[in-house]
Amino acid sequence: MAEALTNTVWFLPLAPLVGFLVLVFGFDKVFDSRNSQKNVPEKRIGWLASGFVITAFVFAVLQFVALLSLDGHDRAVTKTLYSWIPVGSLKVDISFLVDPLSVTMILFITGVGALIHIYAVYYMHGDKDYRRFFSYLNLFVFSMIILVMADNLLLSFLGWEGVGVCSYFLISFWFDKRENASAGSKAFITNRVGDFGFMLAIFFTFQAFGSLGWQDISHGASSATASTVSIIVLLLMLGAAGKSAQIPLQVWLPNAMAGPTPVSALIHAATMVTAGVYLLVRVSPLLEASYDWVPQVIMWIGLVTALVAALSAMAQTDIKRVLAYSTISQLGFMFVAIGAGAPVAAIFHMITHAFFKALLFLGAGSVTHAMDGEQDINKMGGLSKHLRYTTPLFLVGWLAISGVPPFSGFWSKDEILAGVYNNNRFAYVLLLLAAGVTGFYMTRLVLKVFFGKPNYTHTPHESGKGILLPLYGLAALAIVAGILNLPFSKDLLVLEHWLEPALEGGFVKHLSFGGGTQWVLGILSIIVGGLAMFLAFRIYHSNRFGSIQKVVEHQFFYKAWHIDQALTSFVGGKGNRMFQKAADFDTKVVDGTVMGVASNTKKLGGVVRLFQTGKIRSYALWVTLGAVALLVYFLIRAL
Amino acid sequence: MTTLNWGSISSMLVLFGTAILVVTVASLIKSSKKDLLVQVMTALGGLGGLAAVIIYWHRVSSDGAKLSFADTVRIDHLALFIIGVISSIVFLSALTLKSFFAREKLFRAVTTEIYVLILLSATGGAIMASANDLIVLFMGLEVLSLAAYILAASNIRKAQSQESGMKYFVIGAFASGFFLYGIALIYGATGSTKLAQISQKLVSGAFVDDGFLLGGIALFLVGLLFKVSAVPFHVWTPDVYEGAPSPFVAFMSSAVKVAGFVALIRVLGGALIESAADWQPIIYAVSIASMAVGTLAALVQTNVKRILAYSSIAHAGYILIGIQAATKDGFAASLWYLAIYAMLAFASFSIVAAREGAISGNSINDPNHIDNYRGLASKQPFLAVIFAILLLAQAGVPPTSGFYAKFSVISAVVDARSYPLAIVAMIIAVAAAFIYIRLLIVMFFTPADSSLLGGATMSKTAFSKTTSKTMSPITQLDASENSDATFDKWKKLGANKLNLAVLTLAAAFTIAMGVYPAPLLELAQSAAQSLV
Repeated sequence: MAEALTNTVWFLPLAPLVGFLVLVFGFDKVFDSRNSQKNVPEKRIGWLASGFVITAFVFAVLQFVALLSLDGHDRAVTKTLYSWIPVGSLKVDISFLVDPLSVTMILFITGVGALIHIYAVYYMHGDKDYRRFFSYLNLFVFSMIILVMADNLLLSFLGWEGVGVCSYFLISFWFDKRENASAGSKAFITNRVGDFGFMLAIFFTFQAFGSLGWQDISHGASSATASTVSIIVLLLMLGAAGKSAQIPLQVWLPNAMAGPTPVSALIHAATMVTAGVYLLVRVSPLLEASYDWVPQVIMWIGLVTALVAALSAMAQTDIKRVLAYSTISQLGFMFVAIGAGAPVAAIFHMITHAFFKALLFLGAGSVTHAMDGEQDINKMGGLSKHLRYTTPLFLVGWLAISGVPPFSGFWSKDEILAGVYNNNRFAYVLLLLAAGVTGFYMTRLVLKVFFGKPNYTHTPHESGKGILLPLYGLAALAIVAGILNLPFSKDLLVLEHWLEPALEGGFVKHLSFGGGTQWVLGILSIIVGGLAMFLAFRIYHSNRFGSIQKVVEHQFFYKAWHIDQALTSFVGGKGNRMFQKAADFDTKVVDGTVMGVASNTKKLGGVVRLFQTGKIRSYALWVTLGAVALLVYFLIRAL
Repeated sequence: MTTLNWGSISSMLVLFGTAILVVTVASLIKSSKKDLLVQVMTALGGLGGLAAVIIYWHRVSSDGAKLSFADTVRIDHLALFIIGVISSIVFLSALTLKSFFAREKLFRAVTTEIYVLILLSATGGAIMASANDLIVLFMGLEVLSLAAYILAASNIRKAQSQESGMKYFVIGAFASGFFLYGIALIYGATGSTKLAQISQKLVSGAFVDDGFLLGGIALFLVGLLFKVSAVPFHVWTPDVYEGAPSPFVAFMSSAVKVAGFVALIRVLGGALIESAADWQPIIYAVSIASMAVGTLAALVQTNVKRILAYSSIAHAGYILIGIQAATKDGFAASLWYLAIYAMLAFASFSIVAAREGAISGNSINDPNHIDNYRGLASKQPFLAVIFAILLLAQAGVPPTSGFYAKFSVISAVVDARSYPLAIVAMIIAVAAAFIYIRLLIVMFFTPADSSLLGGATMSKTAFSKTTSKTMSPITQLDASENSDATFDKWKKLGANKLNLAVLTLAAAFTIAMGVYPAPLLELAQSAAQSLV
């Protein structure tokens, strides 16, 4: 049975791909006899797109069922469609790897994806580019499926680039505003740096292992030299840092909030940005085989990101930017988990984060909807009176991310904290601090948006059922997802057992302490979180500690530690000038003429005057110089 | 004494024969249908060349390479592969030209000649592809180039075009001089102009560090690197491309370039493979310089044609990477890159040609200015989407053909252990993405500025003054505000249906080659295998 079920794996990417093609070429119009060319009802487009993602989800569930019917160690099925690059020493197939890790990813990607699609059907209502929006969204889901299901680095990279392209297009979706278009290019540019690392890693991997397949990499990892493996891991980390917005490549994500809210929820919170985490978990055996300091580097990058981003989030005034910095910070938690040898915790947190962060973003969408597009939290307040449904839903997300038991975020974050405590006590303290700051900024956000005095004049209206429905689903998941991996007994560690075969030979450090310590750690994190939330409550609700508020909302934090500014001013200022000079060299010196030849030629016009410009002569000069250089080189060799 | 094998050179004969036939028919017939007839004949000529290649490919697979004309012409898989590419370009070119002629109001006499010149230039390319002797190679090069010079100057209504042709000719003749002198020196050193014999002489090891030979290689390289517009012999490219009529730039940047590269591959990878250590460093340096200069310069251009011209210089650098590896895999990677790049370049410049048509006849000084592409996605969505696919492919984004092209040449040098070249190539690939994303942003994410919309309204008035037959149909499309209506109108127009079909084909090819590169790759592999 498993065989038959895993054969259906190709329907997973096929469904959203068909959806994309149908929307792009407008095949849905064919079925509409009355409105032949125009005015296809919006909702039909949206539901069509959602339907394809729901279909993909169904097939994801089928893969899950198929794996369940197999024994633990057999749960890795490779399905090959055809030979992609069959020639020479490099053999790469279009093939999928159905294993616990990929199935876990695909379940929450298509599941959350479907919910967000449904949300978007209503949220994007009235947008002039409704069709374009959903076609991008379907293409994104397709690429994401390729990314996580691929059984080799190269095919995964294909999906990696695909989600990137969709992300740029969706960030710039409302390009009528100039900053939206530039936010898209910023994401593109930053990601190119990461992609460069990824590409190099592909070549090094091929050199080291003679193959790009995940399984060949896993099996070969122990026999490869530590230096090669370390280089590969660091290059992949560069790629992961670009996609998952880790320092120093985190700058693009806050700007990416220029895209529509469902995009922020789906791509820039729940799925695409976790691709880097997935990648590193996938190559976990490489981490195991690399030098000891390599995982430490990953952990510290994650830790610094988690802390810096959390401290930036508490000063933001734009509701979506708070959540964006929060996402960067939470992704940092996941990288810490990987670096500390707790990949299961990373995946666990990735799943719970997908639920509660998607919930928060969609809730924020509902809030801005009620506020007529206003995103400044200083202009909100007291919305709990008007938004009777959104408010409790948002509060669920708040409790989950702040780490209040028994909400899901508590369990996954505590697992990461335990893993770090196991590894490095100092890092543990810092991460606990970051967790506390998380509780602080989220409480601040909730208080400023939903409670206190209203800072607006109109009467906000609650969103419709279509918008709220997916929120209920996500809220339910955000509450209960903790049961995936409860630390109370070995039998309750469901996720850990499930992922075990996929992480075989991976970089996994088992806890060196017992349940008693875990209880202490758990209680400690509840206390820190509680204190932070209480402090935020005193500041923003009881209006105490004005001086602390000033520090917290200092310009330094608001500007996210000026990292972005520093980079921008370099790239836009000094760096740009250097670049311009280098580029001008060719147009000015090599061409022997100033820029804007178009106007030049126009002025000169006739053929006769051509020779007077010296252009031909300068061409000839360059050809001659080149020829002389070549001759000199060869003659020196001859001597 | 070898007998002449007519079958083997059939593809060349078809191209050349069609050229002769077109001249003859065109001078005999005075009917108004002549234009169409000539166009169809040229297209069939291209198709016939391709068919001959396909038919003969299997013969070569079973019987091996065929030598003709006293061993000076060698039809093997390499030759057939390249002739196939050139013939396809001829076929596609022939389909797209009509709307250009109509737009520029070129006389019938001129237009007929243009078809002939394209066929002749392609014949020259075919001769180069199958040359087994340096003199034949030179002959092919001249046949190819002379026709290309005239094509560049063929828009007799524009001084720019004539200027461009003149520049191309003068500087091209200059480079040919180097080329010929290089051949003379190689002959002086080895006593032969036949590739096979040169190769044999080199194997004997008698010519290690021979000054004559090395000097000959140097001058020979100058000539060919000029043809493929590699730095520092690239200076003519942006100017000539900018001035020459866009449809012929599409032809030059694809077919002519392919021919230049195949000559490089044949000579370096065949005859001179023994002295690879001598020429590899040169190709190494030229490749890096081409990628770097092409990319950096393309970034600051404001004219789309110049952007594409510099980008073609950068691509030449990438194709040279595979040659630098000097392995069969490397040559195969370069050949594959050449084939898909020919399509990319051809289609990109064809889009420029189409876009020019949409805004000609108004007061905008530079019809190819990047501002004229603002908001193209809302005005001509189909064109914009196709251009986007082509640009993403040039940027090397998967799953397009461009991704695999870059990937394969880089993995070839990684295999050959030239790591620095691979890393530089990748860094430049990252930077190069900016060139294309800039155009994408302009097309998709920039609203058509009201001040620049003047262009569209102007063309509308211009259109109302002239008859619809003389104006490009695309002009009417551009003036239209509604995209759906635009598409409908476009569909109704016969001449542009062809252009559209060709562009769609190019885009489909670009994606198909990225998703399923294997078949073409096998062809490229066997082409590389046929090197001596």
